[in-house]
Amino acid sequence: MPVRPYLAAFRARFQLMLQYRAAALAGFATQLWWGAIRILVFAAFYGVNAAAAPISFTDAVTYVWLGQALLALQPWSADPEIGQAVRTGGVGYDRLRPLDAHGYWYARSMGWMLARALPRAVLMVLAAGIVLPLVGLGAWAWRPPSGVTAALLFVPAFVLLTMLGAAILTLANVIVAASLNERGVNAILTPLVIVFSGSLLPLDFYPDAWRPFLHVQPFAGLVDIPFRIYFADLKGSAALRGLALQAGWTLALIGLGRLAMERVMRRLEMQGG
Amino acid sequence: MPQILVEALAKTYRVAERAPGLAGALSGLVRRRWRAVHALADISFSLEAGELLAFIGPNGAGKSTTVKILSGILRPTSGRVEVGGLVPYEDRVRHVARIGVVFGQRSQLWWDLPVIDGFDLLADIYRVEAERYRRRRDELVAMLRLEPLLDQPVRQLSLGQRMRAEFAAALLHDPAILFLDEPTIGLDAPSKLAVRDFVRRLNREQGVTVLLTTHDMHDVEALAERVIVIGQGRLLTDGPFESLRASVLAERRLHIDFADAAPEVEMPGVTVRARSARSLELAFDPAKIPTPKLIAAITAEHAVDDIHVEEPAIEEVIARFYDLHDAGEA
Repeated sequence: MPVRPYLAAFRARFQLMLQYRAAALAGFATQLWWGAIRILVFAAFYGVNAAAAPISFTDAVTYVWLGQALLALQPWSADPEIGQAVRTGGVGYDRLRPLDAHGYWYARSMGWMLARALPRAVLMVLAAGIVLPLVGLGAWAWRPPSGVTAALLFVPAFVLLTMLGAAILTLANVIVAASLNERGVNAILTPLVIVFSGSLLPLDFYPDAWRPFLHVQPFAGLVDIPFRIYFADLKGSAALRGLALQAGWTLALIGLGRLAMERVMRRLEMQGG
Repeated sequence: MPQILVEALAKTYRVAERAPGLAGALSGLVRRRWRAVHALADISFSLEAGELLAFIGPNGAGKSTTVKILSGILRPTSGRVEVGGLVPYEDRVRHVARIGVVFGQRSQLWWDLPVIDGFDLLADIYRVEAERYRRRRDELVAMLRLEPLLDQPVRQLSLGQRMRAEFAAALLHDPAILFLDEPTIGLDAPSKLAVRDFVRRLNREQGVTVLLTTHDMHDVEALAERVIVIGQGRLLTDGPFESLRASVLAERRLHIDFADAAPEVEMPGVTVRARSARSLELAFDPAKIPTPKLIAAITAEHAVDDIHVEEPAIEEVIARFYDLHDAGEA
């Protein structure tokens, strides 16, 4: 498959989203605020019963900051541009591009996610990774990866979390195209992603009985697995199993997305005359 | 082998039907009734490479649906379509690389990006080789006078400017066939002229096949040698516009300004359409009474200041045609 047209699809969405500086700043401020609150909640919990916690407080803090920095990579809402294009009939032009339909939307999803995530992640590194230790709040700061191996393993984990996120997002976008509206999709997707990715709480904080399920479902590959690789809570073969799970679900969801795309586009109608 | 071949094309939409009001909405939640709407019932025609065909018909006649099927966006319910030897909706990716499409009511450029960025992206999406792209882009920019607009975001362009940019966007990959769905809708007079002039040059000088739908009869008059009229999903006529005019409304009009009070005129085959104190508008059938003979007869008896002959306006011809075929929107 030639890369150039799909890179262009990525670039189009990426370039567009980078223009919205106010949105990036507002998103960063919100995520900084929520990060602080989540850390205070963790501090209260660890103050009462640190022994019951599955990870250390330091790692929990890093988990929070990493999650806040990469929040825009979480596929918890469909791309509003798709809903708009479907309602106005602009989606017809997408059918006129000589591209694989799913590949085109996948590249676009990736552009949309990364363009929103990157500026916020950079600001978050500055705020939580550099400013906090400088002002004497090192205990509340975002730490670098736990060792070289963890850092090296986090690279593929990060790539895979992005690819998995884009696969889920594209599937959501296809469902939006079928239902003409993103609200229904988002109402289901948002809680699913926030809870099952481990974005709300690391998955090991949930009851023991749930864990066999929690650790094999696809959303775990978005947050829980890559972040635990980052601070070496998952290492060696456990880390490799984590990467394999991410890769497996990514492929499965891309396959599902392609099937859904094919079906939806077969009965596409172009709204608005 | 024609470039575009359409045989017995039909497209049926399913429309949810429900009683009006809250009660209707509630019962629609429980049981939905569907009604079939036949957007296209049975359309057949063919088009040779290099032709320029106008598709006209009332709102809802099925013009846009035909364009959307031919361009590969929609699948027909039944019938056969081949464009350049490909079935558009079966072989979509290969097909769309060879066509250009402009929808007058939609935009294919990126709203918030400068025009030139949109062109660059499209060149990448269509994999136009760099040197070829530069030449084609410069050519289109010159033809459409886009130079001063290239750096502006699309959202800041006027409709006329945007449509010119849309035409360039649709043609960067040098398609052999151009589909235009109401390309002049909402444009002011100079912009319409610019669009018509451009489409004509494209067709005559570069041999691009053009299929256009429109409600603007001046588009038809200025551009098309061949016109297809459809109504309620069926093909009503297919041929040169002049033969359509002759079949519907052969009459001509004679406007006369008299030096004195307008007289009574009573001649076989001539009717008075309008009169004022010193002028008359007559309708006559040139097959029954030739124009020179009618003029001679009038000037022989009356002092005339001015006289001119007119054909009925194209809008009138078409409206009459729709009436005759009961083709208006249901």
